[in-house]
Order: sequence, then structure tokens, then C-alpha cells
Amino acid sequence: MPRKLELPIDEARIRELRVGDEVELSGPLVTGRDAAHKYLVKAPHDATFDRMARGTVLYHCGPVVKRDPEGGWMFVAAGPTTSIREEPYQAEVIARYGIRGIIGKGGMGPKTLAALQQFGAVYLHAIGGLAVVLAQCVARVREVYKLEELGVPEAMWHIEVKDFPTVVTMDSEGGSLHAEMESASAAEARALMDRNPHLPK
Amino acid sequence: MLSTGSVVASELHTPLVELIRYTSSGLGKDVLAALARARDREDPGSRAHATFSLMLENVSRARAQSAPICQDTGTLIFYVDHGPEVSPFAVEEAIHEAVREATRRTYLRPNTVHSISGENIGDNIGPGSPYIHLHPTREPGLRIRLMMKGGGCENVGAQYSLPDARISAGRDLDGVRRCIIDAVHQAQGYGCAPGTVGVGVGGDRVTSYIESKEQLLRSLEDSNPDGQLDALEKELTESLNGLKIGPMGWGGKTTILGVKIGHRARVPASFFVSISYMCWAYRKGELVRTADGWRIDGASLTPASAPASSGFPLRVA
Repeated sequence: MPRKLELPIDEARIRELRVGDEVELSGPLVTGRDAAHKYLVKAPHDATFDRMARGTVLYHCGPVVKRDPEGGWMFVAAGPTTSIREEPYQAEVIARYGIRGIIGKGGMGPKTLAALQQFGAVYLHAIGGLAVVLAQCVARVREVYKLEELGVPEAMWHIEVKDFPTVVTMDSEGGSLHAEMESASAAEARALMDRNPHLPK
Repeated sequence: MLSTGSVVASELHTPLVELIRYTSSGLGKDVLAALARARDREDPGSRAHATFSLMLENVSRARAQSAPICQDTGTLIFYVDHGPEVSPFAVEEAIHEAVREATRRTYLRPNTVHSISGENIGDNIGPGSPYIHLHPTREPGLRIRLMMKGGGCENVGAQYSLPDARISAGRDLDGVRRCIIDAVHQAQGYGCAPGTVGVGVGGDRVTSYIESKEQLLRSLEDSNPDGQLDALEKELTESLNGLKIGPMGWGGKTTILGVKIGHRARVPASFFVSISYMCWAYRKGELVRTADGWRIDGASLTPASAPASSGFPLRVA
């Protein structure tokens, strides 16, 4: 059964999570992807982003959005994007803005894993391509930051989610499902290369 | 392919927008069947089983709402087979207009970025985008196939130049097989596994990749006309599951849905093997003009029964 977690969340509760835990998130979080990360490490401390991000999670997502009849925004399609592109920036963003979790897909590298340990955060894997189911977990769009400058997919969307499904694949103890899968499948890949049934015996 | 005279851009507009909506918001029967089989192979209650169930649920919700199944609506690649009565300029113009309209209707995300300025172009029409392959045919008729290829899976594609000592791949089918296994291992779950692997053998660097993408237009359920390649495709489709990478790389009994291999002649000095990885959200659609109207993936386009919901005059029946 998935664990239900309310956002924002404190360090102690995040440090209880382990690789393999299924987690459903509810509460406010913020999206940010390539352009946002590049901006966040280059710019001086950004108070708006701090207010949206501190103590909650950062979602690697570039949504498809629609205007609702009241003039607000609605998420139409909003699955995770590949996280590894943010590897050069992520540790610093976690450190500067007190982020407790990253939602994305594909996992991240050693620099981020070290930051998760040092600052107390986890990597939460969402299902890539699950755009409609995940958009329907977005209960409300609070605000959008730097929309004009960065465009719809790259803007920072401050949203409230309800029962957003993820799996912990990197934890604050240095565990990484991605590293385990990579080495487990490497041996089988090599064996399969050498086991070619189409070659004459 | 049949035709009833010349084709102008305005006539193409509605069927093309509908092709984009239909392709963006669902998967073909072959892919759905493969995902359902993958789910049924997993133990109920397992993470892999739950993941496949959510994937299928996502597709049915997307279809019901005409929403994109994935927010990355991908590189738009159009393959146009056109008879002598069809102006390729009219087709190109109509595709551009349909892409703009589909973007306004949120069937597509504003997904096209100027590579030098970094600006989002907004309406998905930019230098070289969408990519339109025009193939003239001697017979009259018009067929337009659309593939929407997400960036995550495009990024895990790979090109090998054989021989490749790292994986002991020589210039033969055993070498090709080693490249495919290596590429699937390298891709892990990053390309939204379980994917389908399109393979281009030979050609030059460009045509080798073109071949690998065109292989992805085949049905998961077809057979390769070359018996040797067919045996290799079927063997790898099963045996690559032994890597146990599973859906999204979280572990499971299905790592890929299919392997499709094509080849092009090469010069003696070159031997390329190109791999295009297609994510589980394997979006492709086919629009054909027939004597009695337009068809998408074999189904007729008919006047929409509830135009208020979509505001659009034609729908796939």
C-alpha cells in the first residue's frame, strides 16, 4: 500500500523514506525543468521561488495547460520529464532552497545522491507518459512564475496536488534503485550478447 | 490508395487536425495489446503490475478527453506518400496550418524551441519542424502517416560504427545483435520502458537513422519479410526481457515490446547500426484518402455527433 505524505514536509519524515517505498503526495509543490534550473543557479537568491519551493518538492515537468473559464489555469497533461539533465544544477538548488524531494523520471547521478544525503531529501520517481492521470492529480494551480520569460513548459508552476503517485528510487541514505538496476542488467546484457542462438553451433 | 481528383490545402485541414488529435490522445491496438499482455505477465499487487495498469488507465482517460497521453507531444514526423495529382506544396502548407490549430487546441504542447535563441516558438512551426518526408508515388492517392516521438526516448537512441571493440561487435548480424542488446541496456528505463526498438543497418549516418525510425511505422504484430531478420526480431523481443529492466526501469518481466530491423546498402568503408528507441507511449497514426472519404487507422471520419464538446466538425468513428 502506498504511504500518504502531506506537503510541505520536514527533514525527519523525509529521512524515514527508503528506496522502493510507494508514496502518494498531497499539498503544494513547484515545477521546474531545464531553463528554471539554469536560472536558479545563476541568479541571486530568488524570494519568489523560495516561497514556492522551501520544504516541499520540485517536480521536473513541462505541462500542457489550458485557461479555465474563470481565467485561471488548468493542467491538461503533466507527466515527468527526464531528470538527469538537471544533474549539474540539482545539488545546488536543493541546498539553496531547502527542497525535500525531487519528482522526475530516470533518476539522477552521484552529485544529486550526495546532496540528498547531506541535506535530507529523496528522489521520487513518477511514471513517464502518465500525463493525463497525473494532470488529474493537480487539484489547483496557485500561480505561475516567469511564464513570459520561459514559456509554458519551462515556467515554474506552483500547484497543489492530491494523491500524486510516486516511488522512492533514491533516498537520503545513499540508496539508488537506478544504480542497482544498471549493474544487475549489465551482467545479463553481456551474457545475452555471448549467447547468440542464431550462430551455427 | 484511391483518389478522386486533385487535393488542395483547405480540404486537408480538418482531416489533418483530427489525425493529430487522434494520434496524440491514444495508442494503436497493437501497442495496447502488448501493454495488456505485459501487465498480465506481472504478479497482481506488484509495482510492475500497478505501473502497467496505470499506463493503460492513462491512455483510456486521454482518449476520452482528447488530451495528450504524454505532455511531451514530441518531434512531429510526417511521412507523406502522394500521387501525381497531389501538390506536395499544398500538403506542406496544410500540415503547418493543422499543427498550428492542434497547438491552439492543446492537442500539442508548444514544444518547439529555437535552437540558437532558446526561445519557445509557440506554434510548433520552426526551422525544420515539423519534419515532413515527401514520397511521390506513381499511383494516384494520398497517405499521411504521423509519428510523435518524445524527447526522453529520442535521447536514448544510439548509433554504432562497426567494428566496435567495446561490445565485441563485428560487421555481421551477430555484431548488429550486440548493438541492439547494448542499446537496450544503456537505455535502462530512461526512454520510458518498455520501448520498441527500431534498427537501421547500413546506409550513411543520416539514412541509417532514417531507416531506424521508419521501422517504427511497422505494426508490433507483423513479420519481417526477411526470414533471418524476422528470427532475430522475435528472439530479441523475448530474450531482452531477461534484462528485467521492467516498466520505467523499476524492474519487471517486460523490458521491450518489440524489435524491428531494416537495412540499407552501405559503402564498403562504413557499417552503421542505428537504434531509435520508442517509449511505451508509442504514438503513430495513418490518414488515408479513399474514394469514399478520409480514414484514420482504418476508421472513417464522420461528422462529429457532439460538436459542442470539441467544436470540431469531423471525428474518427
